[in-house]
Amino acid sequence: MPAQTVHSMPSEVDRAWFGERVDTLLPELYGRALRLCRHRANAEDLVAEAVARAWESLPSLEDRDAFRAWVFRILNNAFVSSCRTARAKADHEPLDTTDRAFSLFERLHQPILLWWGSSPETDFLNRLLREDLERAIHGLPEPFREVVALVDVQGLPYQEVADLLDVPLGTVRSRLSRGRSLLQEALWEHGIEAGLVEGDRKADPNTSEKKAHDQE
Amino acid sequence: MTKNEIRSCEDALRLLAAYIDRELPGPTDAKVEHHLETCRSCYSRAEFEKRLKASLAELGSEPVRPALAERVNTLIRTFSVAGGD
Repeated sequence: MPAQTVHSMPSEVDRAWFGERVDTLLPELYGRALRLCRHRANAEDLVAEAVARAWESLPSLEDRDAFRAWVFRILNNAFVSSCRTARAKADHEPLDTTDRAFSLFERLHQPILLWWGSSPETDFLNRLLREDLERAIHGLPEPFREVVALVDVQGLPYQEVADLLDVPLGTVRSRLSRGRSLLQEALWEHGIEAGLVEGDRKADPNTSEKKAHDQE
Repeated sequence: MTKNEIRSCEDALRLLAAYIDRELPGPTDAKVEHHLETCRSCYSRAEFEKRLKASLAELGSEPVRPALAERVNTLIRTFSVAGGD
């Protein structure tokens, strides 16, 4: 078993250990890269770059039990320095922050919709396919997609995302809110097209939902 | 009234995303939790948002093409090691 910390050049044993760990984590490295980069070729390049960077930095890894979180951090840093476009780095905030956020839950609770099951939101989620979610997240504009990918897919805290992307915490919050709103709107539109929901999509949810909610 | 007081469903829903993300300070988190325990509508909304977030988390892993696995294996074989050639 290799030493817990390698302060000099890694050995052949270290390489075998490293290769085994990377191999185990490859689906997660690639999955996370794909949500960040969107395109398969870019995601594969990002994974390869992260693996190369991880090997170079291996001597600095104090605790090998922390390899998993460490290598994902390297992947995210490689994304920021290599894959991220100028457009995402720019200050790209919603033009109109007073827009009411789109809520899939509220849309699904429109009284006008017809449902077969007991709970419209459960039925909807049960009918959603993985590829529906993939399409929705991939369709998000880059500044919003990267924040949704980091918070919702990777589960990173807001502050870590702010530090990684070098933006204020408030920007992370606003991009996340806008990104989730766009994502839910895309899922709703897809749900209509795919026949996952039935009813009058033009119904105004603001009036009917408030009434329904007030009656609770 | 401070911005984190919860006197209505609107107050709770404003904090819901941060609550689900575990980003609220303890006392505010407890207030949202208490509201969810007593409001069926907001509880259902919270459960829906949690489930959707959990579905997105599942996208963090993706089947790897054999070509990528081979590329990474080849890359690792090229790395220099102590005592190597």
